[in-house]
Amino acid sequence: MPWVSRGLAIWCKDLRIEFRTRYAYSALLMFAFTTLVAVSFAVGGVVLDAGLAAALLWVILFFAAMAGLSRTFVQEEEAGTVTALKLAARPEPVFIGKYLFNVTLLFSLAVLVVPLFLVLIHQTVAYPFPFLAVVLLGVAGLAGASTIVAAIVARAGTRGPLMTVLAFPILLPLLLGAICGTRTCFAGERAVAADILFLFCYNGAALAVSLLLFPYVWDE
Amino acid sequence: MQTKVVLKKLTKAYGRRRLFADISVTIPGRSVFVLHGPNGAGKTTLLRIICGLVPATSGEVEITVDGKLLAREESREHIGLVSPELELYGELSAVENLEFFAGVRGLPFSPAKARDLLTFVGLAGRGRDLVGTYSSGMKQRLKYAYALLHEPQILVLDEPTSNLDETGVAVVAEIIRRQKDRGIVIMATNEPGEVSYGDQTLALGQPGTGHLVQGPAH
Repeated sequence: MPWVSRGLAIWCKDLRIEFRTRYAYSALLMFAFTTLVAVSFAVGGVVLDAGLAAALLWVILFFAAMAGLSRTFVQEEEAGTVTALKLAARPEPVFIGKYLFNVTLLFSLAVLVVPLFLVLIHQTVAYPFPFLAVVLLGVAGLAGASTIVAAIVARAGTRGPLMTVLAFPILLPLLLGAICGTRTCFAGERAVAADILFLFCYNGAALAVSLLLFPYVWDE
Repeated sequence: MQTKVVLKKLTKAYGRRRLFADISVTIPGRSVFVLHGPNGAGKTTLLRIICGLVPATSGEVEITVDGKLLAREESREHIGLVSPELELYGELSAVENLEFFAGVRGLPFSPAKARDLLTFVGLAGRGRDLVGTYSSGMKQRLKYAYALLHEPQILVLDEPTSNLDETGVAVVAEIIRRQKDRGIVIMATNEPGEVSYGDQTLALGQPGTGHLVQGPAH
């Protein structure tokens, strides 16, 4: 599995650089916490409707992802390291490494933000383990689709708002599925298996399409 | 290994502006090919096309190793590039950079090999320092370590001695001599001393005209 081991080398490199600079993680964390605090103050002591709480959680995670993950490839372009990387690595390991890095960042963000959200919004979870599955699959899907969009954005001359604009239609089905699954887990009103299956399939499809598309984005 | 690079009617244009046209050259193994010409003539672009980093408007680059014609992705495994446009990771040390690039190339990494390589390029004792703290000359030396890490058949050098002091220039001369014994050196330079290394030289013309003069072997 040379793709995987070479992808892991890229993942380790990105993690090492992130530990030293904390550029992406700071952006993710600051956005998430600012939004979380603002929302919790606005809500006060009121217990929100399960659907509204689920939507708020995923809006926070979505925009935090847009704030931090867009740097994945732009940083390589701006630092001039992309040439060295292109000569040394084939496209597939690059995608795998960057995808794993984005998943790691978002997972570590979710570990902090989701419990804090539940506490600040006074939200109870009726189905804790399915909720965990929804969060994990939703975050992995966010990271996967964000990775390919970040690669496209890095090649564009005008990068500013492109990430959110391009990612939104691609991520909309995922967000709707994640919000729906989260609401069900909060309210405990029906079975959540269909939502989890949808998120699982979205992840598989996004990953497969991204791996097929990425060599063209990376090389052309 | 027998290596050959063939440029077939290479043309590069940006919109209506033609940078160069119909460049056809065969670069045999154990030789040095030098590109020279004024700024904007397309030297760097031609090197990037040879490396497969930029597509040509028309024409082809054929790289053959041991009689096997390589696809673009395969050919990159046999190319080492040193260029002002290429940067290494400033947040990592020199050794970490070499470890990373060995990893993504699927090569075994040994600290001893990294140490030898860094000593050869004149960075002995500085391998653990972050590259971001290096001077421009030290970064240039590290680019040679990066380019030589996988013992490439084709070494592509753009302004090979830029930012280097006298000892650095001597190291580059030694690298070119060793590489010529192993494979091919392709370089772009306007330094008269470096142009004289060329077994073949190609003079690219004035910007935009696509004028081309091919010189004889030295």
